[in-house]
Amino acid sequence: MTATTANPHDVHHAPVRGPWRRHLLGPGFIRALWMAPLMGGVGFGIVVLCRWGGGWHPLLLSEPLILVAGLVAAPVGFLGGIGAFDYWTRYAIGSPTQPEDHSGHGAQSWKDYFRVNTDHKVIGVQYLVTTVFFFLAGGLLALLVRAELAKPGIQYFGPQTYNSLFSVHASLMIFLFIIPAFAGLANFVVPLMLGAGDMAFPRLNALSFWLLPIAGLMMLSSFIVGAFAGGWTGYAPLNSTHQPIGAIFFNQGVQWAGASSIMTALNFLVTIITMRAPGMTFWRMPLLVWANFTTSLLVVIATPFIAGSQFFSMFDHVMHTAFFTPVGGGYPLGYQHIFWFYSHPAVYIMMLPGFGIMSEVISVFSRKPIFGYRLMALSLMAIVVLGFSVWAHHMFTSGMSSWLRVPMMITTLLIAIPTGIKIFSWLATMWEGKLHFKTPMLFALGFLSMFVIGGLSGVMLGAVPIDIHVTDTYFVVAHIHYVLFGGSVFTIFAGIYYWFPKMTGRMYDERLGKLHFWLTFVGFNLTFFPMHILGTEGMIRRVADYPARFAGLNMFISLASFGLGASVLVFLYNMITSWRFGEIAPANPWRAMTLEWQVTSPPPIFNFDEIPQVVGSPYEYGVPGAQHAILAPSKAREMEEVPV
Amino acid sequence: MRRGSIVALLGLALIAGGVAAAVALVPTWLPVDASRQAGRIDFVIWFVIAICIFIFAIVAAVMVYSVLRFRARPDDLEDGPPIHGHTGLEITWTAIPFVIVTAIAIVCGIVLSRNDAQGADTLRINVTAQQFTWTFSYPEANNATSPELFLPEGRSVELYMRSLDVIHAFFVPEFRTNEDIVPGLVTNVHITPDRPGTYPLICNELCGLGHALMRTQAVVLPPAAFDKWLAAQKKANASTGQKG
Repeated sequence: MTATTANPHDVHHAPVRGPWRRHLLGPGFIRALWMAPLMGGVGFGIVVLCRWGGGWHPLLLSEPLILVAGLVAAPVGFLGGIGAFDYWTRYAIGSPTQPEDHSGHGAQSWKDYFRVNTDHKVIGVQYLVTTVFFFLAGGLLALLVRAELAKPGIQYFGPQTYNSLFSVHASLMIFLFIIPAFAGLANFVVPLMLGAGDMAFPRLNALSFWLLPIAGLMMLSSFIVGAFAGGWTGYAPLNSTHQPIGAIFFNQGVQWAGASSIMTALNFLVTIITMRAPGMTFWRMPLLVWANFTTSLLVVIATPFIAGSQFFSMFDHVMHTAFFTPVGGGYPLGYQHIFWFYSHPAVYIMMLPGFGIMSEVISVFSRKPIFGYRLMALSLMAIVVLGFSVWAHHMFTSGMSSWLRVPMMITTLLIAIPTGIKIFSWLATMWEGKLHFKTPMLFALGFLSMFVIGGLSGVMLGAVPIDIHVTDTYFVVAHIHYVLFGGSVFTIFAGIYYWFPKMTGRMYDERLGKLHFWLTFVGFNLTFFPMHILGTEGMIRRVADYPARFAGLNMFISLASFGLGASVLVFLYNMITSWRFGEIAPANPWRAMTLEWQVTSPPPIFNFDEIPQVVGSPYEYGVPGAQHAILAPSKAREMEEVPV
Repeated sequence: MRRGSIVALLGLALIAGGVAAAVALVPTWLPVDASRQAGRIDFVIWFVIAICIFIFAIVAAVMVYSVLRFRARPDDLEDGPPIHGHTGLEITWTAIPFVIVTAIAIVCGIVLSRNDAQGADTLRINVTAQQFTWTFSYPEANNATSPELFLPEGRSVELYMRSLDVIHAFFVPEFRTNEDIVPGLVTNVHITPDRPGTYPLICNELCGLGHALMRTQAVVLPPAAFDKWLAAQKKANASTGQKG
């Protein structure tokens, strides 16, 4: 449909006077290069004028200047420069726009991945490559942390640098890797699974991607000015009044990443509710779609809370308000309540999409329908509801009202039930199946075993008396890595390997994939399991120095962590070489039933030649003659009209 | 399910449970317990660990069995049996975890209320935390202060904790106590020490550059020795007392 009508829209673009002019004024990095400083200068000017008008020294006290000019105005200029606002700007000033303009759709060469693109498949790949970049950056920071911890005493870093290493590590891994990597996978897969041509709001989709590199670079660049060192939790008043200027880089970076999350989640909700193919009822949606539907509910409801907490914390820093300092009437625990009201649901934001990936992978590679489909979907909903009622289990020893610990403990323990249902159902799906141990399935099995350990240590932490002993120790560090690395990251790897053929049109190298799995699985357990013991013995987290009796285990953990770090190189090598030289992938290498595998690899630019008609469940493996969807319903109808 | 597979599953569960139990029992997981609260908390820890080993053994057995037994040959293109679910099984694995977590919640609730119940003659101590030092003051000794925490064996102690700057936390692993000290609030810790000795007292909430160094000691003395120490402090502080 596009080939014949190629580029009729060029007419509407600005008159082309010369190549340099087009480069300077057309959307792209060159325009961003001058628009970002321009907008930054405007922000700078506004602050200086306000201060001058108010009778203060116009240039003194640099926090508000850096904030407004560098962290707000310049990024807006960058977004304008690369063209994220072009359509809306034309619309707003009354220039001719074309609602059906697909000139920014699809990718012909690698250069198209560096432009504002409205194709959900291109955006999905942009997300994944960007997040893997920040995964590497965050991983390197973790290795620096482990290098320092290999021996007791201070080796390489002063306390400020050390504290910022683990703070930036956690922030990048959470806000720039796990959450957006799932958004990237879902961006690619969900519209295809629904039988839709794209997301509901493609231009918003592009904008939400481009907010991410801004957030990530903001957090990384805080090292230049003195990085934030109050932990990724950024507790007030430490982070709001006792930290270098890098703290506001964290505050504001979270805003950009959070805005990106909210926009994407709204996009998913609207897409899933309104753009399902005919016949795709809610009870026929693949569980990956269910998972992203529930995740998006969590994101939309919860993310504004962390935005609020970071704004107030930043106001305390920049404008000397006293939201969280008792001297001016503020309440430090207020920060924690608001922060965790987002950040506990965020744990499920980082987990539910992985559950979705697991359901697809385990069902396909076991050649069996998913066991208890409806209960699987309902337990996702149960996790969403319960997930909002457990936040204060991060605050059992925070000094909050002691009675509040008991209801929070009960809800925390209850949330283990829907999670358990999912694990048991996956096991039952595998039972009596025909298991094929391709790389995605290996990561799924790795996920199952690691997540069980992480879930059980979670039950221990949910029990208040145990939490009183191990809170803020390495036991907690071990737990979160078992759920976020053994859990989320393993599912991300499974998802990347599983959909790699669909995204790139080429197969990854199976032997390297398996090598990557085993190195990761072994390295992960050697690194993180001993941390449980350190924690119960009383080694606290977030310290560069520790008593000599913990030295042996720490050296062991550090060595193992370097091995774990090296395993990522295998992954990168596999991805890069396979993307370039891999075997050409068939449309459906895994013999899966969901819709994305029924089109070519990679899919055509608008996904489906004709919107498919869904006629059954997506998991009918082993059911003779079962069909999930009819891909070309008009042709099928013609066939049916032949009298029997 | 055939009888053979049940036997195999049970065997695998025993092996997995045995390995997990060895991991739980062989390394030293916990420091000595030096308070009555610690004994009860240790009971909860081992109670929950036992449940965890049980669940881990079941999951590991089913998984290992499936991996060994249901592996398909690469050229086997058949599908498995189309089993969509089993209502009885699904109810079972919703109900049993419900019973288990309820039991854990009840045990925890009892331990919490016991641990917070104070003895007849409670000793009050005021704790002041600031970047990066501790000060302990004893109202029973004219508010005499000490940089280390001295405690009597076998007597209920209630700490009243204040912070002068950011959030700190009071952590003595041997007491199994952990509580944040929040600027603007007074938070409490209740301990009944029952083992004389010297234990590390650690700030356990990231409080800035010197966080790792914000450490002192908790010294538990036998009752007579403690009374003697307290009397000496009171005497030394008699002239300057009544200020705090």
